[in-house]
Amino acid sequence: MDFGLSEEQLLLEQTLRGFLADRVPITRVRALRDEDCPNDRAIWRALAELGMTGLLIPEANGGSDLSLLDAALVAQSLGHAVTPTPYLSSAIMLPIALRDLAGAEPAGWLNSIASGELTFGVAVTETFSVREGAGLALSGGKLSGKAMMALDSCSADQLLLAIDDDTLAVVRSGTAGLTQSRLSTIDSTRCLAELVLDAVTPEAVFEGAHDAIARMLDAGRIALAADTLGACEAMIEQAVVYAGQRKQFDRLIGSFQAVKHLCAEMIAELEPARSLLWYAAHSFDALPAEAPLMACHALAHISEIAREIASTSTQVHGGIGWTDEQNLHFWFKRIGVARHLLGGPEFLRGRAAELQQLTAAA
Amino acid sequence: MNLEYAERYQDFRLKVRAFLEAHKPDKSLLEAPPAERARWLTLQIEHGYWARTIPKAYGGHGAEPDLLETVIMDEEFNRAGTARGMMAQGPSMLVPTLLEHGTEEQKRRWIGPTLRGEILWCQGYSEPGSGSDLASLQTSAREDGDDFVINGQKIWTSSADTSQMMFLLVRTEPEATKHAGISYLLLSMDTPGIEVQPLRTMSGDLGENSFNQVFFSDVRVPQTSVVGNRGEGWKIANTTLKHERNSLNANAEGTLLRLMKLMHSETVNGVPAMASPVYRDRLMKLQARVLSMKHHGMRMLTCSLKHESPGVAGLVTKLQNCQLNFDIAALAIDVMGELGGLYDHTRYERDRGFWQVHSIFSLGLIIGGGTAQIQKNIISERGLALPREPKPAKA
Ligand SMILES: Cc1cc2nc3c(=O)[nH]c(=O)nc-3n(C[C@H](O)[C@H](O)[C@H](O)COP(=O)(O)OP(=O)(O)OC[C@H]3O[C@@H](n4cnc5c(N)ncnc54)[C@H](O)[C@@H]3O)c2cc1C
Repeated sequence: MDFGLSEEQLLLEQTLRGFLADRVPITRVRALRDEDCPNDRAIWRALAELGMTGLLIPEANGGSDLSLLDAALVAQSLGHAVTPTPYLSSAIMLPIALRDLAGAEPAGWLNSIASGELTFGVAVTETFSVREGAGLALSGGKLSGKAMMALDSCSADQLLLAIDDDTLAVVRSGTAGLTQSRLSTIDSTRCLAELVLDAVTPEAVFEGAHDAIARMLDAGRIALAADTLGACEAMIEQAVVYAGQRKQFDRLIGSFQAVKHLCAEMIAELEPARSLLWYAAHSFDALPAEAPLMACHALAHISEIAREIASTSTQVHGGIGWTDEQNLHFWFKRIGVARHLLGGPEFLRGRAAELQQLTAAA
Repeated sequence: MNLEYAERYQDFRLKVRAFLEAHKPDKSLLEAPPAERARWLTLQIEHGYWARTIPKAYGGHGAEPDLLETVIMDEEFNRAGTARGMMAQGPSMLVPTLLEHGTEEQKRRWIGPTLRGEILWCQGYSEPGSGSDLASLQTSAREDGDDFVINGQKIWTSSADTSQMMFLLVRTEPEATKHAGISYLLLSMDTPGIEVQPLRTMSGDLGENSFNQVFFSDVRVPQTSVVGNRGEGWKIANTTLKHERNSLNANAEGTLLRLMKLMHSETVNGVPAMASPVYRDRLMKLQARVLSMKHHGMRMLTCSLKHESPGVAGLVTKLQNCQLNFDIAALAIDVMGELGGLYDHTRYERDRGFWQVHSIFSLGLIIGGGTAQIQKNIISERGLALPREPKPAKA
């Protein structure tokens, strides 16, 4: 029994954070916001070289077959560095879905993800939230309809689509009948798009994929919570550094209790949430019966504390925090958009209650 | 990360469970007569469910520390709805302090009876003029032959009226600087010259812990009652406070289950509270916080067993847990609506008035043992290395 990270996990985190500080500093993130899609292939390939893209992929497919906790630590570091990369979709959700579908791997997709040659967009929003009349239907082997807020699809090679909560399909980017339009959000570090399909021929269709979809969503929620937690860490670090440098009234602002207590409140929320995240990620592999509930709670709770932290850190910076130049807004916006990507807090708490049969009374 | 329970732990759990089924008393410990309480605690120590890792020579069970065993014991005692050992100032604050700083003689004399609940202790730190700024305390202990002679006043002293002993802070070196003049003493409450005056608390007569003022006039105590060295009381008190903060880790998980039961049974307009999406949403928010603090506790325990510093994470526990307990009680009271204020075993009162008592008690814990604001000072200054408040210029 050991509730903590292993030496290997700490090393993985250290390696990755070193790499990101060096190769994807905030100036690079800033430059990428002007691209059509911020998901830079060079970053993805470098992550693959570090072995990061294959963490959840079986060894037989060139991965290292590690646990979701390992992958969540990567997601957390990527959030910490606001790195634009299709890690959530391609290195977490896609492998979990394919791993769970027996015989789903004819095309060597997993191998190509582990090696960094391939990325996948993932469209699952409609399994929990339908807006703007979105939804997909399969008829006579052809796919039609619309999917909203597809993750990382713009520069992806393949797309994984949930048609309903029991059916998945893979569609190649650029296939006839598929139109993608990027939906710009305030968060320039994450690629989100609308997909419109008009009689598209899928590469593959997986029926009876209910469990695969559910597992993919759980893993995605835990990883997204990790991304947000990492972004929170970075915002707190910046606030503390700033409070220790900026002077007003001949004093460092960090010596004002009004300011230092804001910092204390942020870290007091963050640290227990980190423990919750570790447990949720650990449960995914070790205690799978608990994972759906833990995924909902981890993402809902971390999204809630993150909104406060994002706002508080910005306030500690005063006016400069509100500028483009200070860069703080990259984290603020990553946190803000992530809050609703795989289900917002209210939805997730409703789901958490359902999972415990607490709604039966209604 | 490995939370698997090896087979020997599964056996251990079954043993604890069987023990509880066979022996669990039906009265709460503090209500039980002292002899009964001592019997139950002694039985727990013999079986190793209380004072498990404290050396046999001092009245403990003498086992090696084992995190999982601790977790299992806590879980099983909680499940059985009974306290493991005794949550009181003696075992949770004085015993660890004596183990760390006491003389061999002090350890042999005090630890065993304290663990068995034969001696109850109160903590004499706060004074009317010295609360958060504890080091400014004025109660003096003047050297006189082999004794100290104590004069002054303590306040907010929980359970002073029912305790046999007090551990307290006094100023022994009036010439020394603020922090350096303080000593940590052990004092019998029977000593002539001590007067205890109970204070009524905001919970009225229902609160389990009494609140008191204690006056000292020419109270004699042998100099051998000092723990650690003379003048080092401040340092030693800080270890005690650390243990106090660790022990303020109330069982929020059990309280949340109780709240869920209430939400199923409590109805308004014929509809159970649990059927209300609004209350349910608040419940789920609290459940996520309870889960966070539960796993945070496991993380902190892992750190202490590995002798690793948890860093700033170790400083946030008291602040977060106390507020969480208050918020759980707040939802329970809201769910009961206009009946939530019932008190004093009035008709229609739910859960024998537990929720108002719990609410008021939790509020006390937010203040006691270092207020929330003081916790935030500690977190930001020690944990985040933010600059300290500048001292006001001397006039
Ligand atoms: C339920 C309960 C049980 C207790 N049991 C005991 C006991 O057994 N033995 C014992 O010795 N004491 C006990 N106490 C006393 C407790 O330790 C003190 O009440 C506490 O330390 C605060 O001191 P104070 O009451 O003098 O308040 P003050 O220190 O006067 O504080 C008043 C307000 O000012 C704020 N404040 C003070 N200094 C600062 C600062 N530097 N920065 C920011 N804010 C500040 C505080 O946070 C608080 O909000 C108990 C208290 C309670 C509520």
